[in-house]
Amino acid sequence: MTVKTLTINDQLISAREAETILQAAQEAGIQIPTLCYLAGVSEVGACRLCLVEISGSHKLQPACVTKVAEGMVIQTNSERLQNYRRMIIEMLFAEGNHVCSVCVSNGHCELQNLAVEMGMDHVRLEYQFPHRTVDVSHDRFGIDHNRCVLCTRCVRVCDELEGVHTWDVAGRGAKSHVITDLNQPWGTSSTCTACGKCVAACPTGALFDQGSTVGEMVHDRARIEFIVNARQKRQWQL
Amino acid sequence: MSRVKLATVWLGGCSGCHMSFLDLDEWLFDLAAQAELVYSPFMDAKVYPEGVDVVLVEGAIANQEHLETICTVRARSRLLISFGDCAVTGNVTALRNPLGGVEAVLQRCYGGTVEAQGQIPAEPGIVPPLLDRVTPVHAVVPVDVYLPGCPPPADRIRTVLESLLQGETPRLEKSQIRFG
Repeated sequence: MTVKTLTINDQLISAREAETILQAAQEAGIQIPTLCYLAGVSEVGACRLCLVEISGSHKLQPACVTKVAEGMVIQTNSERLQNYRRMIIEMLFAEGNHVCSVCVSNGHCELQNLAVEMGMDHVRLEYQFPHRTVDVSHDRFGIDHNRCVLCTRCVRVCDELEGVHTWDVAGRGAKSHVITDLNQPWGTSSTCTACGKCVAACPTGALFDQGSTVGEMVHDRARIEFIVNARQKRQWQL
Repeated sequence: MSRVKLATVWLGGCSGCHMSFLDLDEWLFDLAAQAELVYSPFMDAKVYPEGVDVVLVEGAIANQEHLETICTVRARSRLLISFGDCAVTGNVTALRNPLGGVEAVLQRCYGGTVEAQGQIPAEPGIVPPLLDRVTPVHAVVPVDVYLPGCPPPADRIRTVLESLLQGETPRLEKSQIRFG
Protein backbone atom coordinates (compact mmCIF):
# COMPACT_ATOMS: atom_id res chain seq x y z
CA MET A 1 0.00 0.00 0.00
CA THR A 2 1.51 3.27 -1.10
CA VAL A 3 1.00 6.45 0.85
CA LYS A 4 0.49 9.73 -0.96
CA THR A 5 1.11 13.10 0.57
CA LEU A 6 -0.92 16.07 -0.53
CA THR A 7 -2.04 19.49 0.64
CA ILE A 8 -5.66 20.34 1.31
CA ASN A 9 -6.48 23.91 2.36
CA ASP A 10 -2.80 24.51 3.25
CA GLN A 11 -2.83 21.45 5.51
CA LEU A 12 -0.33 18.69 4.71
CA ILE A 13 -2.01 15.29 4.86
CA SER A 14 -1.24 11.72 3.88
CA ALA A 15 -3.66 9.29 2.31
CA ARG A 16 -3.71 5.75 0.98
CA GLU A 17 -3.15 5.47 -2.75
CA ALA A 18 -6.63 4.14 -3.53
CA GLU A 19 -8.45 6.86 -1.60
CA THR A 20 -10.44 9.68 -3.13
CA ILE A 21 -9.89 13.32 -2.24
CA LEU A 22 -13.19 13.25 -0.35
CA GLN A 23 -12.14 10.28 1.82
CA ALA A 24 -8.71 11.77 2.48
CA ALA A 25 -10.25 15.11 3.43
CA GLN A 26 -12.81 13.51 5.74
CA GLU A 27 -10.08 11.53 7.51
CA ALA A 28 -8.17 14.76 8.02
CA GLY A 29 -11.26 16.39 9.49
CA ILE A 30 -11.89 18.61 6.47
CA GLN A 31 -15.57 18.65 5.54
CA ILE A 32 -16.53 18.94 1.88
CA PRO A 33 -20.28 19.33 1.18
CA THR A 34 -21.90 16.36 -0.56
CA LEU A 35 -25.38 15.33 -1.61
CA CYS A 36 -25.28 12.34 -3.98
CA TYR A 37 -22.42 10.73 -2.04
CA LEU A 38 -23.40 7.97 0.37
CA ALA A 39 -20.73 6.03 2.24
CA GLY A 40 -20.86 2.33 1.37
CA VAL A 41 -22.20 2.58 -2.17
CA SER A 42 -20.46 3.59 -5.37
CA GLU A 43 -19.74 7.25 -6.12
CA VAL A 44 -21.29 8.88 -9.19
CA GLY A 45 -20.16 12.52 -8.99
CA ALA A 46 -23.64 13.65 -10.01
CA CYS A 47 -24.47 16.57 -7.72
CA ARG A 48 -21.17 18.48 -8.21
CA LEU A 49 -21.29 19.90 -4.68
CA CYS A 50 -17.94 18.33 -3.78
CA LEU A 51 -16.09 20.07 -6.63
CA VAL A 52 -12.63 21.20 -5.53
CA GLU A 53 -9.82 23.26 -7.06
CA ILE A 54 -6.62 21.40 -7.85
CA SER A 55 -3.53 23.53 -8.56
CA GLY A 56 -2.31 23.19 -12.11
CA SER A 57 -5.74 22.25 -13.46
CA HIS A 58 -8.30 24.70 -14.77
CA LYS A 59 -11.06 22.12 -14.42
CA LEU A 60 -12.79 21.69 -11.10
CA GLN A 61 -12.85 18.06 -10.02
CA PRO A 62 -15.48 16.21 -7.95
CA ALA A 63 -13.72 15.10 -4.77
CA CYS A 64 -15.83 11.93 -4.45
CA VAL A 65 -14.53 10.34 -7.66
CA THR A 66 -11.05 11.87 -7.95
CA LYS A 67 -8.19 9.77 -6.58
CA VAL A 68 -5.47 11.39 -4.50
CA ALA A 69 -2.05 11.90 -6.11
CA GLU A 70 1.39 12.72 -4.80
CA GLY A 71 1.96 16.45 -4.32
CA MET A 72 -1.61 17.50 -5.12
CA VAL A 73 -2.50 20.98 -3.85
CA ILE A 74 -6.23 21.29 -3.25
CA GLN A 75 -8.59 24.06 -2.19
CA THR A 76 -12.00 22.89 -1.00
CA ASN A 77 -13.70 26.11 0.05
CA SER A 78 -12.58 29.04 -2.11
CA GLU A 79 -14.96 31.90 -2.78
CA ARG A 80 -15.51 30.59 -6.30
CA LEU A 81 -16.47 27.15 -4.98
CA GLN A 82 -18.79 28.66 -2.39
CA ASN A 83 -20.53 30.63 -5.14
CA TYR A 84 -20.89 27.55 -7.32
CA ARG A 85 -22.23 25.49 -4.43
CA ARG A 86 -24.86 28.04 -3.56
CA MET A 87 -25.81 28.18 -7.24
CA ILE A 88 -26.16 24.38 -7.36
CA ILE A 89 -28.46 24.38 -4.33
CA GLU A 90 -30.51 27.21 -5.83
CA MET A 91 -30.85 25.26 -9.06
CA LEU A 92 -32.06 22.21 -7.15
CA PHE A 93 -34.67 24.30 -5.33
CA ALA A 94 -35.80 25.99 -8.55
CA GLU A 95 -35.91 22.74 -10.53
CA GLY A 96 -38.22 20.74 -8.25
CA ASN A 97 -41.11 21.65 -5.96
CA HIS A 98 -39.43 21.87 -2.57
CA VAL A 99 -41.81 23.28 0.02
CA CYS A 100 -39.96 22.79 3.31
CA SER A 101 -42.82 23.97 5.52
CA VAL A 102 -45.15 21.13 4.49
CA CYS A 103 -42.55 18.44 3.81
CA VAL A 104 -42.34 15.15 5.73
CA SER A 105 -38.60 15.71 6.08
CA ASN A 106 -38.74 19.32 7.32
CA GLY A 107 -35.92 19.63 9.84
CA HIS A 108 -34.30 16.33 8.79
CA CYS A 109 -33.42 17.12 5.19
CA GLU A 110 -29.97 17.23 3.65
CA LEU A 111 -31.09 19.67 0.94
CA GLN A 112 -32.54 22.03 3.55
CA ASN A 113 -29.35 21.74 5.62
CA LEU A 114 -27.19 22.43 2.57
CA ALA A 115 -29.23 25.57 1.82
CA VAL A 116 -28.45 26.77 5.35
CA GLU A 117 -24.79 25.85 4.98
CA MET A 118 -24.51 27.76 1.69
CA GLY A 119 -26.21 30.80 3.19
CA MET A 120 -29.10 30.59 0.73
CA ASP A 121 -31.65 33.13 2.00
CA HIS A 122 -33.52 33.16 -1.32
CA VAL A 123 -33.39 31.62 -4.79
CA ARG A 124 -32.28 34.02 -7.52
CA LEU A 125 -33.44 31.74 -10.34
CA GLU A 126 -36.97 31.44 -11.65
CA TYR A 127 -38.85 28.55 -10.06
CA GLN A 128 -39.87 25.99 -12.66
CA PHE A 129 -42.87 24.50 -10.81
CA PRO A 130 -42.73 21.28 -12.84
CA HIS A 131 -45.72 18.96 -12.90
CA ARG A 132 -44.59 15.87 -11.01
CA THR A 133 -46.42 12.92 -9.49
CA VAL A 134 -46.72 11.14 -6.16
CA ASP A 135 -46.84 7.35 -5.93
CA VAL A 136 -48.26 5.86 -2.71
CA SER A 137 -49.22 2.52 -4.21
CA HIS A 138 -46.69 0.66 -2.05
CA ASP A 139 -47.99 -0.77 1.25
CA ARG A 140 -45.25 0.71 3.42
CA PHE A 141 -43.56 3.50 1.48
CA GLY A 142 -44.29 6.38 -0.84
CA ILE A 143 -42.42 8.54 -3.32
CA ASP A 144 -43.07 12.21 -4.00
CA HIS A 145 -41.20 13.12 -7.17
CA ASN A 146 -41.67 16.82 -6.38
CA ARG A 147 -38.98 16.46 -3.71
CA CYS A 148 -36.56 14.26 -5.66
CA VAL A 149 -33.12 15.72 -6.48
CA LEU A 150 -32.08 12.75 -8.66
CA CYS A 151 -29.08 11.90 -6.49
CA THR A 152 -29.67 8.21 -7.35
CA ARG A 153 -28.84 7.05 -3.84
CA CYS A 154 -32.00 4.90 -3.88
CA VAL A 155 -30.94 3.33 -7.17
CA ARG A 156 -27.51 2.47 -5.80
CA VAL A 157 -28.50 1.11 -2.36
CA CYS A 158 -31.17 -1.03 -4.02
CA ASP A 159 -28.74 -2.37 -6.58
CA GLU A 160 -25.56 -2.63 -4.55
CA LEU A 161 -26.70 -3.35 -0.98
CA GLU A 162 -30.03 -5.12 -1.48
CA GLY A 163 -28.98 -6.60 -4.83
CA VAL A 164 -32.39 -6.07 -6.37
CA HIS A 165 -32.26 -3.04 -8.68
CA THR A 166 -35.94 -2.16 -8.40
CA TRP A 167 -35.03 1.52 -8.87
CA ASP A 168 -33.61 3.12 -11.97
CA VAL A 169 -33.66 6.44 -13.79
CA ALA A 170 -35.81 7.16 -16.83
CA GLY A 171 -36.16 10.20 -19.08
CA ARG A 172 -33.69 12.87 -20.09
CA GLY A 173 -32.85 16.35 -18.84
CA ALA A 174 -35.68 18.05 -16.96
CA LYS A 175 -37.86 14.98 -17.58
CA SER A 176 -35.49 12.66 -15.69
CA HIS A 177 -37.12 10.77 -12.85
CA VAL A 178 -36.60 7.62 -10.82
CA ILE A 179 -38.78 4.63 -11.65
CA THR A 180 -39.55 1.25 -10.13
CA ASP A 181 -39.23 -1.87 -12.30
CA LEU A 182 -40.55 -1.17 -15.81
CA ASN A 183 -41.84 2.32 -14.98
CA GLN A 184 -44.86 0.99 -13.12
CA PRO A 185 -46.51 1.85 -9.79
CA TRP A 186 -44.19 0.95 -6.92
CA GLY A 187 -46.90 -1.21 -5.31
CA THR A 188 -47.00 -3.45 -8.38
CA SER A 189 -43.24 -4.02 -8.44
CA SER A 190 -42.41 -7.73 -8.39
CA THR A 191 -38.75 -7.16 -7.49
CA CYS A 192 -39.12 -4.78 -4.51
CA THR A 193 -38.45 -6.63 -1.25
CA ALA A 194 -39.84 -3.73 0.85
CA CYS A 195 -36.50 -3.61 2.70
CA GLY A 196 -36.68 0.19 3.03
CA LYS A 197 -33.01 0.87 2.26
CA CYS A 198 -34.00 3.41 -0.39
CA VAL A 199 -36.08 5.28 2.17
CA ALA A 200 -33.18 5.24 4.64
CA ALA A 201 -30.82 6.54 1.95
CA CYS A 202 -32.95 9.36 0.54
CA PRO A 203 -31.53 12.80 1.42
CA THR A 204 -34.87 14.62 1.13
CA GLY A 205 -38.54 13.84 1.75
CA ALA A 206 -38.92 12.22 -1.70
CA LEU A 207 -38.97 8.71 -0.22
CA PHE A 208 -40.95 8.35 2.98
CA ASP A 209 -42.68 5.87 5.26
CA GLN A 210 -46.43 5.74 4.74
CA GLY A 211 -48.28 7.65 7.42
CA SER A 212 -45.53 10.15 8.21
CA THR A 213 -46.62 13.76 8.24
CA VAL A 214 -44.81 17.12 8.28
CA GLY A 215 -41.39 16.87 9.89
CA GLU A 216 -41.86 13.25 10.97
CA MET A 217 -39.75 11.50 8.35
CA VAL A 218 -36.32 10.86 9.81
CA HIS A 219 -34.18 8.80 7.44
CA ASP A 220 -32.48 6.00 9.35
CA ARG A 221 -28.97 6.42 7.98
CA ALA A 222 -27.54 4.21 10.78
CA ARG A 223 -29.20 1.21 9.13
CA ILE A 224 -27.23 1.74 5.94
CA GLU A 225 -24.06 2.24 7.96
CA PHE A 226 -24.68 -1.02 9.83
CA ILE A 227 -25.15 -3.01 6.63
CA VAL A 228 -22.06 -1.46 5.06
CA ASN A 229 -19.95 -2.22 8.15
CA ALA A 230 -21.29 -5.76 8.26
CA ARG A 231 -20.35 -6.36 4.66
CA GLN A 232 -17.06 -4.54 4.39
CA LYS A 233 -15.62 -4.95 7.89
CA ARG A 234 -17.49 -8.10 9.00
CA GLN A 235 -18.81 -6.24 12.03
CA TRP A 236 -22.22 -7.62 12.91
CA GLN A 237 -22.57 -6.14 16.39
CA LEU A 238 -24.43 -2.88 16.82
CA MET B 1 -34.13 61.35 16.18
CA SER B 2 -37.61 60.77 14.81
CA ARG B 3 -39.07 57.33 15.05
CA VAL B 4 -38.63 54.88 12.18
CA LYS B 5 -41.74 54.58 10.03
CA LEU B 6 -42.59 50.87 10.02
CA ALA B 7 -45.24 49.12 7.94
CA THR B 8 -46.34 45.51 7.55
CA VAL B 9 -48.23 44.15 4.56
CA TRP B 10 -50.19 40.92 4.20
CA LEU B 11 -50.35 39.50 0.67
CA GLY B 12 -50.82 35.84 -0.35
CA GLY B 13 -50.07 34.17 2.96
CA CYS B 14 -51.86 32.76 6.00
CA SER B 15 -50.97 35.65 8.39
CA GLY B 16 -48.83 33.24 10.39
CA CYS B 17 -45.84 35.57 9.94
CA HIS B 18 -47.88 38.38 11.48
CA MET B 19 -48.83 36.03 14.35
CA SER B 20 -45.14 35.36 14.84
CA PHE B 21 -44.55 39.12 14.87
CA LEU B 22 -46.97 39.32 17.82
CA ASP B 23 -44.85 36.64 19.51
CA LEU B 24 -42.28 39.41 20.04
CA ASP B 25 -44.37 39.96 23.19
CA GLU B 26 -42.98 42.59 25.56
CA TRP B 27 -40.28 43.60 23.09
CA LEU B 28 -43.13 45.16 21.10
CA PHE B 29 -43.07 47.96 23.72
CA ASP B 30 -39.39 48.61 22.98
CA LEU B 31 -40.17 48.53 19.28
CA ALA B 32 -43.07 50.96 19.68
CA ALA B 33 -40.72 53.38 21.45
CA GLN B 34 -38.39 53.43 18.47
CA ALA B 35 -40.71 52.82 15.53
CA GLU B 36 -44.04 54.21 14.47
CA LEU B 37 -46.39 51.72 12.84
CA VAL B 38 -47.92 53.55 9.89
CA TYR B 39 -49.66 50.77 7.95
CA SER B 40 -50.48 47.19 8.94
CA PRO B 41 -53.27 44.59 9.24
CA PHE B 42 -52.90 45.32 12.97
CA MET B 43 -54.25 48.86 12.53
CA ASP B 44 -56.93 50.72 10.67
CA ALA B 45 -55.16 52.43 7.80
CA LYS B 46 -56.70 52.28 4.34
CA VAL B 47 -53.96 53.84 2.25
CA TYR B 48 -50.31 52.86 2.18
CA PRO B 49 -48.52 56.10 3.06
CA GLU B 50 -45.50 57.74 1.42
CA GLY B 51 -42.09 57.75 3.03
CA VAL B 52 -42.13 54.40 4.84
CA ASP B 53 -38.67 53.50 6.17
CA VAL B 54 -39.09 49.76 6.63
CA VAL B 55 -41.80 47.37 5.47
CA LEU B 56 -42.29 43.70 6.29
CA VAL B 57 -44.09 42.01 3.39
CA GLU B 58 -45.76 38.71 4.21
CA GLY B 59 -47.06 36.44 1.46
CA ALA B 60 -46.52 35.65 -2.19
CA ILE B 61 -47.87 37.53 -5.20
CA ALA B 62 -50.96 35.49 -6.07
CA ASN B 63 -53.59 37.89 -7.44
CA GLN B 64 -54.02 41.21 -9.21
CA GLU B 65 -54.49 43.10 -5.96
CA HIS B 66 -51.21 41.74 -4.54
CA LEU B 67 -49.46 42.82 -7.72
CA GLU B 68 -50.78 46.38 -7.51
CA THR B 69 -50.14 46.58 -3.74
CA ILE B 70 -46.53 45.42 -3.96
CA CYS B 71 -45.76 48.01 -6.66
CA THR B 72 -47.17 50.79 -4.44
CA VAL B 73 -45.35 49.41 -1.41
CA ARG B 74 -42.05 49.29 -3.26
CA ALA B 75 -42.42 52.80 -4.60
CA ARG B 76 -43.23 54.27 -1.17
CA SER B 77 -40.77 52.33 1.01
CA ARG B 78 -37.06 52.69 1.54
CA LEU B 79 -36.31 49.16 2.76
CA LEU B 80 -38.45 46.17 1.77
CA ILE B 81 -38.15 42.94 3.74
CA SER B 82 -39.45 39.66 2.29
CA PHE B 83 -41.11 38.38 5.43
CA GLY B 84 -41.49 34.60 5.65
CA ASP B 85 -41.33 31.68 3.23
CA CYS B 86 -44.34 32.66 1.07
CA ALA B 87 -42.77 36.03 0.30
CA VAL B 88 -39.30 34.51 -0.15
CA THR B 89 -40.11 31.30 -2.07
CA GLY B 90 -43.84 31.20 -2.89
CA ASN B 91 -44.14 28.33 -0.38
CA VAL B 92 -47.65 26.95 0.24
CA THR B 93 -49.27 29.77 -1.72
CA ALA B 94 -47.39 28.60 -4.81
CA LEU B 95 -48.36 24.93 -4.37
CA ARG B 96 -51.00 25.50 -7.05
CA ASN B 97 -48.48 26.46 -9.73
CA PRO B 98 -47.71 22.94 -11.00
CA LEU B 99 -51.44 22.49 -11.72
CA GLY B 100 -51.25 25.09 -14.49
CA GLY B 101 -52.92 28.48 -15.03
CA VAL B 102 -55.92 30.10 -13.35
CA GLU B 103 -58.54 28.06 -15.21
CA ALA B 104 -56.94 24.74 -14.33
CA VAL B 105 -56.59 25.77 -10.67
CA LEU B 106 -60.19 27.00 -10.31
CA GLN B 107 -61.48 23.92 -12.11
CA ARG B 108 -59.52 21.72 -9.72
CA CYS B 109 -60.87 23.54 -6.65
CA TYR B 110 -64.46 24.30 -7.63
CA GLY B 111 -65.07 22.05 -10.61
CA GLY B 112 -65.08 18.28 -10.68
CA THR B 113 -64.02 17.79 -7.07
CA VAL B 114 -67.01 19.60 -5.54
CA GLU B 115 -70.15 17.50 -5.61
CA ALA B 116 -72.87 20.05 -4.87
CA GLN B 117 -73.28 23.32 -6.78
CA GLY B 118 -69.84 23.22 -8.28
CA GLN B 119 -69.53 26.70 -9.68
CA ILE B 120 -66.52 28.91 -10.06
CA PRO B 121 -66.90 32.10 -8.02
CA ALA B 122 -66.67 35.33 -9.99
CA GLU B 123 -67.26 38.71 -8.37
CA PRO B 124 -65.62 41.31 -10.59
CA GLY B 125 -64.53 44.37 -8.63
CA ILE B 126 -64.87 42.56 -5.31
CA VAL B 127 -62.73 39.41 -5.51
CA PRO B 128 -59.44 40.18 -7.23
CA PRO B 129 -58.64 37.85 -10.14
CA LEU B 130 -55.90 35.28 -9.57
CA LEU B 131 -52.63 35.49 -11.44
CA ASP B 132 -51.68 32.55 -13.64
CA ARG B 133 -48.58 31.93 -11.59
CA VAL B 134 -47.83 32.65 -7.93
CA THR B 135 -44.38 34.19 -7.52
CA PRO B 136 -42.13 35.23 -4.66
CA VAL B 137 -41.96 38.96 -4.00
CA HIS B 138 -38.45 39.38 -5.44
CA ALA B 139 -39.68 38.08 -8.79
CA VAL B 140 -41.82 41.24 -9.09
CA VAL B 141 -39.98 44.05 -7.25
CA PRO B 142 -36.47 44.42 -5.80
CA VAL B 143 -36.17 43.11 -2.23
CA ASP B 144 -33.59 44.43 0.24
CA VAL B 145 -33.64 41.84 3.02
CA TYR B 146 -34.82 38.21 3.13
CA LEU B 147 -36.32 36.88 6.35
CA PRO B 148 -37.20 33.21 5.71
CA GLY B 149 -39.12 30.79 7.90
CA CYS B 150 -42.63 29.38 8.03
CA PRO B 151 -43.20 31.40 10.05
CA PRO B 152 -39.95 33.17 10.93
CA PRO B 153 -39.53 32.69 14.70
CA ALA B 154 -39.92 35.88 16.76
CA ASP B 155 -36.22 36.02 17.68
CA ARG B 156 -35.35 35.98 13.98
CA ILE B 157 -37.71 38.90 13.34
CA ARG B 158 -36.22 40.71 16.33
CA THR B 159 -32.66 40.20 15.05
CA VAL B 160 -33.58 41.89 11.77
CA LEU B 161 -35.57 44.73 13.33
CA GLU B 162 -32.93 45.44 15.98
CA SER B 163 -30.15 45.90 13.48
CA LEU B 164 -32.44 48.08 11.36
CA LEU B 165 -33.21 50.28 14.35
CA GLN B 166 -29.47 50.65 14.90
CA GLY B 167 -29.18 51.90 11.35
CA GLU B 168 -27.46 48.77 10.03
CA THR B 169 -28.45 46.59 7.10
CA PRO B 170 -29.47 43.28 8.70
CA ARG B 171 -27.43 40.19 7.96
CA LEU B 172 -28.85 36.96 9.28
CA GLU B 173 -26.46 34.26 10.45
CA LYS B 174 -26.60 31.00 8.51
CA SER B 175 -28.40 29.34 11.41
CA GLN B 176 -31.21 31.90 11.05
CA ILE B 177 -32.04 31.45 7.39
CA ARG B 178 -33.64 28.00 7.47
CA PHE B 179 -36.71 27.55 5.27
CA GLY B 180 -39.69 25.72 6.72
